[in-house]
Amino acid sequence: MKLAATLRIAVRALRRNKMRSVLTMLGIIIGVGAVIAIVGLTSGAQAQVQAQISSLGKNMILIFSGSTTSSGVRTGWGAAGTLKIEDAEAIEREVPGVVGVSPEIRSTAQVAAGNQNWTTQLLGEGPDYFEMRQWALAGGAIFTDQEVRAASKVAVIGRTTATQLFGSADPVGQMIRVKNVPFLITGLLKPKGMSLMGSDQDDVLIVPYTTAMKRLTGDVKLRGINVQGASDEALPRAQQQITALLRQRHRIAAGMDDDFTVRGQQEIAEMASATAKILTSLLGAVAGVSLLVGGIGIMNIMLVSVTERTREIGIRLAVGAHGRDILLQFLIEAVTLSAVGGVLGILLGLGTSEILARTAGWPTHVPVMAVVVSFCFSGVIGVVFGLYPAWKAASLDPIDALRYE
Amino acid sequence: MAAVIRFDALSKTYSSGDVEVHAVREVSFEVQPGEFVAIMGASGSGKSTMMNILGCLDQPTRGRYLLDDIDVSQLGRDALADIRNQKIGFVFQGFNLLSRTSALENVELPLMYARTQQSAKALHARALTALETVGLGKRAGHHPNQLSGGQQQRVAIARALVNEPALLLADEPTGNLDSRTSIEIMDTFQTLNDRGMTIVMVTHEHDIALFTKRNVVMRDGVIVSDILVPKRSVARDELARLEPAPVP
Ligand SMILES: Nc1ncnc2c1ncn2[C@@H]1O[C@H](COP(=O)(O)OP(=O)(O)O)[C@@H](O)[C@H]1O
Ligand SMILES: [Mg+2]
Repeated sequence: MKLAATLRIAVRALRRNKMRSVLTMLGIIIGVGAVIAIVGLTSGAQAQVQAQISSLGKNMILIFSGSTTSSGVRTGWGAAGTLKIEDAEAIEREVPGVVGVSPEIRSTAQVAAGNQNWTTQLLGEGPDYFEMRQWALAGGAIFTDQEVRAASKVAVIGRTTATQLFGSADPVGQMIRVKNVPFLITGLLKPKGMSLMGSDQDDVLIVPYTTAMKRLTGDVKLRGINVQGASDEALPRAQQQITALLRQRHRIAAGMDDDFTVRGQQEIAEMASATAKILTSLLGAVAGVSLLVGGIGIMNIMLVSVTERTREIGIRLAVGAHGRDILLQFLIEAVTLSAVGGVLGILLGLGTSEILARTAGWPTHVPVMAVVVSFCFSGVIGVVFGLYPAWKAASLDPIDALRYE
Repeated sequence: MAAVIRFDALSKTYSSGDVEVHAVREVSFEVQPGEFVAIMGASGSGKSTMMNILGCLDQPTRGRYLLDDIDVSQLGRDALADIRNQKIGFVFQGFNLLSRTSALENVELPLMYARTQQSAKALHARALTALETVGLGKRAGHHPNQLSGGQQQRVAIARALVNEPALLLADEPTGNLDSRTSIEIMDTFQTLNDRGMTIVMVTHEHDIALFTKRNVVMRDGVIVSDILVPKRSVARDELARLEPAPVP
């Protein structure tokens, strides 16, 4: 029998029991919908993480005061204050493959310009900081080594802070007060957007670290040291050498824990996405189970259908249908169920991820490949779970089937 | 001329648990082309069992069945299906039509399982011709539940005829019909037989058997009499004698 005719018979049989067909499809619809939505969320999140990893900078190594376990980010980073400016100078001097070093001070500070007030993130950095973070200026200039040595009262301002204090006016050349100390704004940074941790990176004011220590925070220890490697490949070796150097400088005996933490840029990114990955595999497992349940539902309904239609099968066999014709008819019915369920599931998933993108501001992106794979997979489910009922139908004896009441 | 049907000491035994039922016992019997045979007998005498074997729906336990000189007992499932499709038209007592499927599509069914490929248009045309042969051309789009018993049986006959088989088998085709409708069906059968089709049908009604050319009587699985009908009834004359048919 022709495939088109078989397909027509299958569709008609399914439409005869609309409610039942839809309920049967529900498992597949939810399963595929969940898969598509999850893929949409994670692909979107991954794209964002990628963007944020590159926004972190180029070939960066981050050194923090205080130790952490390797399991994750600790909020206490930098609190112990074990790193000194001399450590940074030693790294620059002694570790090959290092092209930039910026000691870091970090605090929050209230800044004012005219009668505008704003509380922002205050960073004390070296001039290398802007290059290693690939953070270009929208106007003006960064501070110089000379200004660092002199602990000059100069600042580079982030876009958010600038908008809060000056509105749309150009902040370069303006004066601001930080904790009542007047600073000259030398440069305005280009916007960088959200950080990996979800904070606004443009809500920032960057001053020379010397100025921050002497005039603003009174710190004598650093929160951390940012280091730029010459290349991606140079990072692991540089990380090892930095660790060895700092252990030696801090006189840490063999077997004792570091009092600092060294992380490569990629490691930071991986830690940030680790939680997302666990969530993804969990939801993926739920989707998988849902698809399995959907498949079993299809098998169940197809078995019921074969029993209900025993006489129909008998009639078809009596007028000359081969077992193969019957097998194909029921298999196509099962595949139609699962494939239509798959299509509806894909639409549901796309809709869900679109709604999430709109309402929660969560970036989503469903790759075409995911849609194609989901569709094929739902078809395969139909074949796998439809095969046994179809085989059962095909192996019926014509006379027994005709006698069936 | 070679026999269309030849049974050689054919037996069918049903065994359900310990009990063995010998439904047909060592029956030998032949049907020549162009014959019109009625198989008669009391209920349980083995008529249906014999018809199912004749129609290649069931297999004998012992003995040989030659259909057009082919030993059918040796054939596999698919080969038997092809014989049912091409050589035999089968009409059941209970019509056995697909419900919620139009008369036309019911008649198309054997065409769809024919191993020769035809366009959908050609299938429609052939099915419609078969429906017109049994006088139901105007009811092609009706579903079985929109048709009377006689009309449903006509659809079943059209389905049996659509592949132009040489042999028409019918198991109590008039069993569920009133007498007038029964005679109309016999009229159709007589017309088909006059055109050369071999027909074997089961009936337990004597007056219906009189429309055929030969009566075979069974009892307890064996043939107890096999006679030619001396004074055949002609369905057309009988219909003319009855009151005019109600307007369909
Ligand atoms: N599928 C079956 N299983 C067991 N016994 C059967 C079966 N079909 C028919 N029989 C028995 O075989 C005998 C002949 O039945 P059947 O051929 O249907 O007779 P008829 O059609 O003449 O009434 C009966 O005794 C009946 O009970
Ligand atoms: Mg019977």
